[in-house]
Amino acid sequence: MNFDRIKEKLSILADAAKYDVSCSSSGSKRTNKKKGLGDSSGMGICHTYTADGRCVSLLKILLTNHCIFDCAYCVTRKSNDIKRAAFKVQEVVDLTINFYRRNYIEGLFLSSGIFKNADYTMERLILVAKKLRLEENFNGYIHLKSIPGASDDLMYEAGLYADRLSVNIEIPTQNGLKLLAPEKNREDFLKPMKKVRNEIVKYKSEKKLIKSTPVYAPAGQSTQMIVGATNETDAQVMYTAAHLYKKYNMKRVYYSGYVPISYDSRLPAIGTEVPMLRENRLYQTDWLLRFYGFSIEELLNQKHPNLDSDIDPKLSWALRNLHLFPVDINKADKQQLARIPGVGLKSVYKILQARKYRKLGWHHLKKMGIALNRAQYFILCDSRDFLKADMSPQQIKSKILAQGNSKYKPLFNSQLNLFE
Amino acid sequence: MKIVLFDHSFEGLLSAVFEVFHLKLKEAKLIGQNNHTASFFDEEIWVSTDQEKAARVAKGIVKVGGKSDLTWLYRCFLSELAEVPQLILEYIRQLMVDKHSGKNDFSRNVVIQLQKINKMIGREKHRMDAFVRFEKTADGLYFAGIAPDFNVLPLNAKHFKNRYADQHWCIYDVKRDYGLLYNLESLRHVHLPSVNANLHSTPSNLLAEDEVAYKKLWKNYFESTNIQERANKKLHTQHVPKRYWKYLSEKYILDY
Repeated sequence: MNFDRIKEKLSILADAAKYDVSCSSSGSKRTNKKKGLGDSSGMGICHTYTADGRCVSLLKILLTNHCIFDCAYCVTRKSNDIKRAAFKVQEVVDLTINFYRRNYIEGLFLSSGIFKNADYTMERLILVAKKLRLEENFNGYIHLKSIPGASDDLMYEAGLYADRLSVNIEIPTQNGLKLLAPEKNREDFLKPMKKVRNEIVKYKSEKKLIKSTPVYAPAGQSTQMIVGATNETDAQVMYTAAHLYKKYNMKRVYYSGYVPISYDSRLPAIGTEVPMLRENRLYQTDWLLRFYGFSIEELLNQKHPNLDSDIDPKLSWALRNLHLFPVDINKADKQQLARIPGVGLKSVYKILQARKYRKLGWHHLKKMGIALNRAQYFILCDSRDFLKADMSPQQIKSKILAQGNSKYKPLFNSQLNLFE
Repeated sequence: MKIVLFDHSFEGLLSAVFEVFHLKLKEAKLIGQNNHTASFFDEEIWVSTDQEKAARVAKGIVKVGGKSDLTWLYRCFLSELAEVPQLILEYIRQLMVDKHSGKNDFSRNVVIQLQKINKMIGREKHRMDAFVRFEKTADGLYFAGIAPDFNVLPLNAKHFKNRYADQHWCIYDVKRDYGLLYNLESLRHVHLPSVNANLHSTPSNLLAEDEVAYKKLWKNYFESTNIQERANKKLHTQHVPKRYWKYLSEKYILDY
């Protein structure tokens, strides 16, 4: 192996792959077979964190950054003047195995620029996964990119070797896509997504009858949207996400704040700040949809097309719906508890468990670690000290903000003033 | 107040609990022998480890609280924190008096304290799963030194055994001076007198031929996958506190 050449390729092709945020390595059920290498049946593991604070759990690389497309938002677009490189299939296999054996990674996340055509590219990706599984008896995590426009047969084969498949729709709106990637259309993205969804559904039903049905993409599929590249609203992003969760059984939708990489006038200029706070609020909304029983209409609608930046979306919802509060900690059911600002799912669990033994007062809640600075305005508990319930939403909000200590504070001062 | 001393083993701790119940001590303080400074006013009782007594206590815990309670207490014990034996005694006492009370009663102080310790243990165990960096030696053994805050290596055993079933590996706790060695068949405890207390200090002539090259590739990957525009030092150190940097070869300046 020529390590110097590999090193050069690795820096080019890792650099090009880094804008894909998915790094999840959990959710698979692949156990070690026949004393082979690896196991991905447990929880995901972040083996290290980059200086930007993002987790590194997979070897995330492109097979090549040669690409026939010219999507404005993408760093490997055809017209971009950058160094190009391509890995050989065996090189990716060797890197993965050797990194895995040293406990650097949980597995491989392989994506690629599109060379020749969609099927040709997809075939190469599958070849890597197949080699890892069949020749190396590798049971670590493999995440393959579904190449837009790839044929159904290939998508079926990909799922036999990969734990997760993903296709990034990247631009949340149709108009945005037309503007930034005129050569692509939404159907190309949705086609492999549909095939994978159908195969997963089929696998799950067949598995019940025939135990030996070959495993198909056990960690499901995911996708990613870039936010802040076009002038989409939060509602547009999240309605698209909610649709994908519902219609395509997505395991995850990722939101990636656009990092300016181009002088193209259709896009935010280089040097524009990455919308990290917005990204964070979108993830919070995503969690509320998936785990907290909220529906998208409650959080974002015609009247509120964008999320508040200064407070989290649950608090924002609660302030708009004060008539549903206060909630009695000692009586409310699980769903009601989960809707209290400052009470997360772990706190809900603790409350449900602890109240079997005795009525809970403020001191109990505090010891459990519940964020009372927010929760106190929305709950009743076993105590005579009730907070007066006649505060207006604005009063509560400014009280909470006055106590808060967000690093984003400078960003939302102006909006605060508007409110009062 | 009676001071009950034991030998720092889990069985020793359970034997001490047995004696507290047996002697019907209302006010007892359980302390590992090395953490105790004798005082003029306290009466000391030394309890020697008795497997049979320990097994009886363990059986009692399992009977009332279930197997998960015993594992939970064992995990807390691995923290080696001086206050843990006493907390465990209090917990068992409560469990035996009020059989409905358990480790989910988050309104009780003992439970909250033990849950907190258990969480610390879980986190440290998970960090070791993540931060162990094997170095391949010239004779094909994958070796890693660790120095965890708590004695979590026993908890890591299963994870690594499942994962690296086809390679010889050894993880060595340099702080507690013992390790686990896997030989493709089974795991065993080892004590290696010549292991250096500094991590990543294996002399390069003992390493496999391509080891340094892979270390460099990994470091190279680590740096290439970073997004400069999103730099967030605070978040970075929150995830990887500085005391763990010594494990991570990618954060080292390689001087080979």
